[in-house]
Amino acid sequence: MKTITAAAILRETLAAELTADPTVMLMGEDIGVYGGAFGITRGLLDRFGPQRVIETPISENGVVGMAIGAAISGCRPIVEIMFADFVTLAMDPLVNQAAKLRYILGRQASCPLVVRLVAGGGRGYGPTHSQGFAAWFVHTPGLKVVAPSSIADHADLLHAAVQDPNPVVFLEHKRLYGWREPVPADRPVVGLETARTVNRGHDLTILAWSWMAVEAAIAAERLAADGITAEVIDVRCLQPLDMATINESVQQTGRVLIVDEAPRSAGIAAEIGCRVFEASHEYLEAPIRRLTAPDIPVPASPPMEQLTLPDATTIAHAAMGLMETLQ
Amino acid sequence: MSQSISAKKLRAAYQRMLLIREFELRVERLFLAGKITGTAHLCIGQEATAVGAVMALRKSDALTSTHRGHGHFLARGGNPDRIMAELYGKRSGYSGGRGGSQFMADYRIGYLGANGITGGSLSVATGVALAARLQNRSRVTLCFFGDGASNQGVFHECLNMAALWKLPVVFLCENNGYAMSMPVARSIAGGSIARRAQAYGIAGEETDGNDLEAVWRAVTNARRRAAKGDGPTLIECHTYRYCGHSRGDPCVYRAPQEKVAWRKRDPIQRMRRILLTRGVLISGEHQRLMQETRRRVQQAVAHAEADAWPKASSLTKGVFA
Ligand SMILES: Cc1ncc(C[n+]2csc(CCOP(=O)(O)OP(=O)(O)O)c2C)c(N)n1
Ligand SMILES: [Mg+2]
Repeated sequence: MKTITAAAILRETLAAELTADPTVMLMGEDIGVYGGAFGITRGLLDRFGPQRVIETPISENGVVGMAIGAAISGCRPIVEIMFADFVTLAMDPLVNQAAKLRYILGRQASCPLVVRLVAGGGRGYGPTHSQGFAAWFVHTPGLKVVAPSSIADHADLLHAAVQDPNPVVFLEHKRLYGWREPVPADRPVVGLETARTVNRGHDLTILAWSWMAVEAAIAAERLAADGITAEVIDVRCLQPLDMATINESVQQTGRVLIVDEAPRSAGIAAEIGCRVFEASHEYLEAPIRRLTAPDIPVPASPPMEQLTLPDATTIAHAAMGLMETLQ
Repeated sequence: MSQSISAKKLRAAYQRMLLIREFELRVERLFLAGKITGTAHLCIGQEATAVGAVMALRKSDALTSTHRGHGHFLARGGNPDRIMAELYGKRSGYSGGRGGSQFMADYRIGYLGANGITGGSLSVATGVALAARLQNRSRVTLCFFGDGASNQGVFHECLNMAALWKLPVVFLCENNGYAMSMPVARSIAGGSIARRAQAYGIAGEETDGNDLEAVWRAVTNARRRAAKGDGPTLIECHTYRYCGHSRGDPCVYRAPQEKVAWRKRDPIQRMRRILLTRGVLISGEHQRLMQETRRRVQQAVAHAEADAWPKASSLTKGVFA
């Protein structure tokens, strides 16, 4: 089994998609010689040429709109947004164009577009380089939203996203780029719209995705040392949600903690929590708990950023708290 | 128009350029030493544009900056101690550590701030000019942006509106040849940013951004036009950043000879030569100015090191006015 980083497996997957399908194309800023701000596309320009690896000026609005044009014409564009924060400039094409095509225009229109966002905090990059905006996209009918955590999922879900006939927002956490895990060569095919059970447990369910799922798994190990077994579920597909897997777990454990590094209000944790309550309230042994960032911009100062974002310590602490409460 | 800067001003400008260079070189080292984390974009090599342009402004004027903003801020009189503290994420930083390199400002001196979003300040600067008109103020706004930013839609939207309404704004493009790794030759259709002014019927001008006096003259004239109600000007200053785009940029996209060639046009060395020839600077004086500058930057580092972290209890305070 080879051990590999998310950055490397994303690069391999992009190369494989470009090789397998001549209509796949990459667009983005500095994705050529520079290889992308985080090196994800390194070497791809050399291998596939400037027709397939299209380095663009700084024009996010125009580029994402053009990718939609290419997608409805039968191409499969994959756009890299250097920091998720900059996707705000492309909200119109994503929200008002791509997301609505199929529902309004019917079968004549399909928009197999993937927009890769470099998301998340924890690197001291400050308030305009640390966001993810997943909730905004979840709130936009017609977009699928995926946020992988395991290294294998970076490959498998990216592949599934490229194959999907719909626009997919694909959130990559910058802290995962250098994260390494063993990845088996022979893996079962993964569906885009499924959650992943990271480890089994029966005392409580911890729901997380992206980097937070890594922190949650570390927290679960620490909780195990205290005799608490947490079932960690990597939600990984945020729109649509795999509520079957989530509710099945919650109904068995009776307690649920939902972790999100984004601000709290109208966040994905609120949505999941509400759906869990609707389907599983009779099984709950304690109130649903959310652990999120507070409703503030992500501060640049390292100790302040650390206070802002949940981590294994605060997750374990919240889980302990949840174990002590009774409904 | 032939105008010249007084010897006293030139000397002050030279000192300011030295300060910016020394500050940025120090920041680079602090990153390498792990004293500062996150990222920062340095303006080593671009000092003449920052200082030349800002010294053409009046006290009541305003300016907006970019992600590469330390030089603009220092040129306007920003306090090196507090800029450094912001880079460290410390309490006395201009944004109390919240903003970091790309998000600090001092409205009291008309410095409306760096901007982490490429092109983000273009519209804000134009709006400041709109307000000045409404409030009948003599304020002119200087808007710095890069060659890369001129490809954002907002650049065209704002030039159009500023031209339509003859707003008192000076658009100053620091064309350093690259947007990160993207060379101007592959990103600017038509080859010239200044020429885009023609399409909007406003004055457009290209100038040597490493020649402090040339930049000063261009901005002085543009400022005068803006203040008189003759509308905006688009100035393109040709310059070069010696350093990488940001921390950790190996600069694989440009030839080393290019940097060598630009070193020959170094804005600071050029100014020193001029000042020596004109007798504004006497021989040996440069050494003393350098020492003074190093001491000043050292003081800023010492201040930032000694400064406290922001209070944990302040984390969620101040989201709303
Ligand atoms: C909207 C947006 N897109 C992309 C970026 C990433 N980025 C930061 S600076 C930069 C290059 C900007 O080039 P230019 O405007 O020429 O300024 P320079 O860096 O050369 O000073 C890029 C692509 C960003 N910060 N914001
Ligand atoms: Mg540039």
